[in-house]
Amino acid sequence: MNGGDPANTAGGMVLREKRPGERLREVVQTRAFLLVAVAAVFVALVALAWAQGVGGERLLSLVAWGLMLGGIIGLGSIGLTLVYGVLKFPNFSHGALVTFGAYFTFALVALLPQGQTLRPLSFGWEFLVALVLAMPLVGLVGLAVDRVVYRRLRNQNAHLVLFAMASLAMAFFLRSIIYILWGPDFHFYYPGRANPALDLPLGIRIRADQLFILVLALVLMAAVYLLLERTRIGKAMRATADNPELAQVRGINTERVIAWTWMIGGALAAAAGTMYGLSSQLRPEMGFWLLLPMFAATIMGGIGNPYGALVGALIIGVTHQVSSAFLDPTYGPAVAFVLMVIVLLVRPQGLFGRSGG
Amino acid sequence: MSSIVLIKGILLVIPAVLLMALVLPPRPWRLPAAVVIGAVAGFVAAAALPPGILAYVVSFAIMGSVYAMLSLGLNTQWGYTGHLNFGVAGFFAVGAFTSALVTVEAPTGMAAQYTQMAFGLDMPFLVGVAAAAAVSAVVAFLVAVPVLRLRMDFLAIATIGVAEIIRLIFQNERWLANGPQPLRGIPQPLQCAVRGDVCEWLPAWATALLEPLSPRDYPLIYLVIITLFLAVVYMVVERACRSPWGRMLRAVRDDEGSAAMNGKPITYVRIQSFVFGAVIMGIAGALYAHYVVTIDYSHFHALFATFLVWVMLMLGGSGNNRGAVIGGFIVWGVWSGTAFLTSAIEPLLALISDDLPRRAAYFRWLLVALLLAGIVLFRPQGLIREEKVVSRYLRGR
Repeated sequence: MNGGDPANTAGGMVLREKRPGERLREVVQTRAFLLVAVAAVFVALVALAWAQGVGGERLLSLVAWGLMLGGIIGLGSIGLTLVYGVLKFPNFSHGALVTFGAYFTFALVALLPQGQTLRPLSFGWEFLVALVLAMPLVGLVGLAVDRVVYRRLRNQNAHLVLFAMASLAMAFFLRSIIYILWGPDFHFYYPGRANPALDLPLGIRIRADQLFILVLALVLMAAVYLLLERTRIGKAMRATADNPELAQVRGINTERVIAWTWMIGGALAAAAGTMYGLSSQLRPEMGFWLLLPMFAATIMGGIGNPYGALVGALIIGVTHQVSSAFLDPTYGPAVAFVLMVIVLLVRPQGLFGRSGG
Repeated sequence: MSSIVLIKGILLVIPAVLLMALVLPPRPWRLPAAVVIGAVAGFVAAAALPPGILAYVVSFAIMGSVYAMLSLGLNTQWGYTGHLNFGVAGFFAVGAFTSALVTVEAPTGMAAQYTQMAFGLDMPFLVGVAAAAAVSAVVAFLVAVPVLRLRMDFLAIATIGVAEIIRLIFQNERWLANGPQPLRGIPQPLQCAVRGDVCEWLPAWATALLEPLSPRDYPLIYLVIITLFLAVVYMVVERACRSPWGRMLRAVRDDEGSAAMNGKPITYVRIQSFVFGAVIMGIAGALYAHYVVTIDYSHFHALFATFLVWVMLMLGGSGNNRGAVIGGFIVWGVWSGTAFLTSAIEPLLALISDDLPRRAAYFRWLLVALLLAGIVLFRPQGLIREEKVVSRYLRGR
């Protein structure tokens, strides 16, 4: 705040001519500009795909798959953003929770009696039962890690970076357990079971499983919305994410909120992992691959904002799939990364964050 | 004493003296004592150790030096400036592949069909190392500029992403460095001395001295080269961190606000130290590539190249260069030692399940992850604490 001309004073505040750099920043750091920037990337990708001779029908299918992938990323990033908001650290072991969810469902499916396949889906009732059982189990894993590691750090009033480092250690710890229990090879929930694509109007080709994933993601998101908006614990959670000290002063039991955050975040991560495993295959690194898109969605939506994370995840999912029309699909994390860097350059507080944050 | 033992002894004395100088406490008698102990240890090792054990010790020391250098690079970033760089593997890979591409001869004829690369300049080793340092500096700068003006945790997320993307590039882009197939035939410095043909630029006495060595003994020469590199990097980092610049880094780390109030350009300082650390990591990558001769993308997995380095630095003591190097060797020792441990427990695992022995290797991950968690929880300052006062003008007050 130097070099200003303190000529006109209004209400105790010094008003002055804004420098060109500041004026430019004010224009650039708006939500509208960020949306325009993201849209520009998207349009550029579509144009590139078009130039490579990718037809409109295929592009529509890609968008549909992108919405499905966005749903998966979104469910994962809700847990990530809640933990980031409530506990104030980036949880690098969230990817491992996603993987755990997928493998717990895998193990439970093998234990349960095999029911009839629900045509045209590729799985039977036992898969749904396994998913419902795996969700709280992963929540408990997250809670157990918190009790053993993060709560100690909280009691020591440790710095954010130590939390981040501990979560990196836990990411490798949990991943090594997955490797030990299930091995490095990839698995399928139902090996060799065909799941042909359905022909929907507008030439969209999509598998029934993918539709199921999209529907399940919507259902779970609606449940999260009701939980956060209508229940006491949900409101307490949002209040803690917003301002922990104020929440504590108002008599909110922070430890209880934290426990619920891990349960909900873990359960949604389990659902995301299971759906990701259903749409491709189960591998020990699957959660690590999703980690970068999940972080990108979290930052894009504004840290601590679950709805923002969801919007960010849908944008990232669709962009990823459309880019795969002409780019090697393994570059998915790179696409998410580019979007994240754009957000960091334009508006670091994200689409729905408050300005000046 | 035969000439082969003599020359091996002479070569071993250099790393032994340097190691002693690092380990001994900083007293006036440190240097003479290091020379005496190092000389004795070097010749005794050359004369008494069986060749197999000696070869193992040498290869262990070379890899330990590579990791110690990575740990030093991370120390300038994390220890002195508080940068949370979770993408060490990325800069390591950039250094390794750059040096390889600069020093390898471009394939021609039939070989060009099996090995593709963007360019092969057939340059000397030192040019390769310099190029590795330069390219990792550029990459680090490009990462630092958008991210470092923001919160610290964003850097962690961004670097983990950059490392993954760099690995993906070397995995997918065949034209760049023959990915996913390995890049072979990276030349080794002074290899000519052991192959029998004369290195024309080497003085006659040096050629005569190295004459008795056979190609099998080459790692000894490389050990000398890498420990000299490590010593130079160590001295540069140590000097830089004790200089006004290094003290400014610590000021920015500990209290950003008051550093800014005293007129320190915070963002520039952060970018400088991030790039400085990345340069050291790039050099480590180059030295790694020239040692292993064949590299591919899988060498730069986050576990080996990022996570282990973090464990090393946290164990040794962040903010302390001696601790960083010693931690590097200790953790590399633990990691290599657990390989024996896992093969020892394999029969035990076979009793539990048929699949488990094949997965015994992952118990090493588990142990190292628990080690890092334990350090973070119970001794975040590491084995050797950071010195409160680093300026040599204030010592002894």
